[in-house]
Amino acid sequence: MKGPQMRTPMRRVRGLGAAHSGTKHFWHQRVTSVAGIPLTIALVVIVVALLGRNHAAVVQILGSPIVAIVMLLFIINTVYHMWIGMQEIIIDYVHEDKLKLASLMANTFFCFAVAFASAFAILKLSFGV
Amino acid sequence: MAELEAGTTTGRQRPRPLSPHLQVYRMMLTFVMSGFHRISGFVLYFGILLLAWWLIAAASGPNAYANVEWFMGSLIGRLVLFGYTWALLHHMLGGIRHLIWDTIHGFEPTERELLALATLVGSISLTLIVWVVGYLAMGGPR
Repeated sequence: MKGPQMRTPMRRVRGLGAAHSGTKHFWHQRVTSVAGIPLTIALVVIVVALLGRNHAAVVQILGSPIVAIVMLLFIINTVYHMWIGMQEIIIDYVHEDKLKLASLMANTFFCFAVAFASAFAILKLSFGV
Repeated sequence: MAELEAGTTTGRQRPRPLSPHLQVYRMMLTFVMSGFHRISGFVLYFGILLLAWWLIAAASGPNAYANVEWFMGSLIGRLVLFGYTWALLHHMLGGIRHLIWDTIHGFEPTERELLALATLVGSISLTLIVWVVGYLAMGGPR
């Protein structure tokens, strides 16, 4: 690397910055944002296409493989993206240690719950029963 | 700290430069749009519960689905959905703007103002288009 280095040699050895995890989350937020563009457009198209349809039709369309796969990808990608985003917001604004840890935990619980509940619903719509 | 000590060793306090408070900044569109991006992300974080509710209801059966349809069709439900649509599309366009900036492009004063304006105009226009198409798909407002 050329130019002056802001990082100390020890940090360079460990490959970690102040976040204690390097730039992993920064990069993952970029990857999920790029993936999120087509997936968000697809979600809007799917929802608009299902407007006003009765339950049976909605179940049939949501459960069809292509739609279900796109919905699953949207959910997984979006939940990971929003998990990183909320973690960043918490770290920025919550400075009291216990409250910060509790908020970070709550963020993880919420994201897992939303992802699993939504994924379960989509899989149930696909596989029936 | 080093600067503060250097100031005091001269015998009299030199007025230190103070960070301007938020209120004395001239409101810039880029500044407002930066806030909007975070706020829309925060709102969407909880807004995804609507999507989860819709999916779970569809998987649960006709009765549960009827409840979702009732809420989404109510005035409050439509307002919430309209806000969700706007937040979603605004965050998406704001994200595209940030991805452009990530490539080290679009930082000139006119460019960044234009990008901020495009985000706002684009998100409002897209939201209206989606809702017009949605109502047309349903055969008009009802």
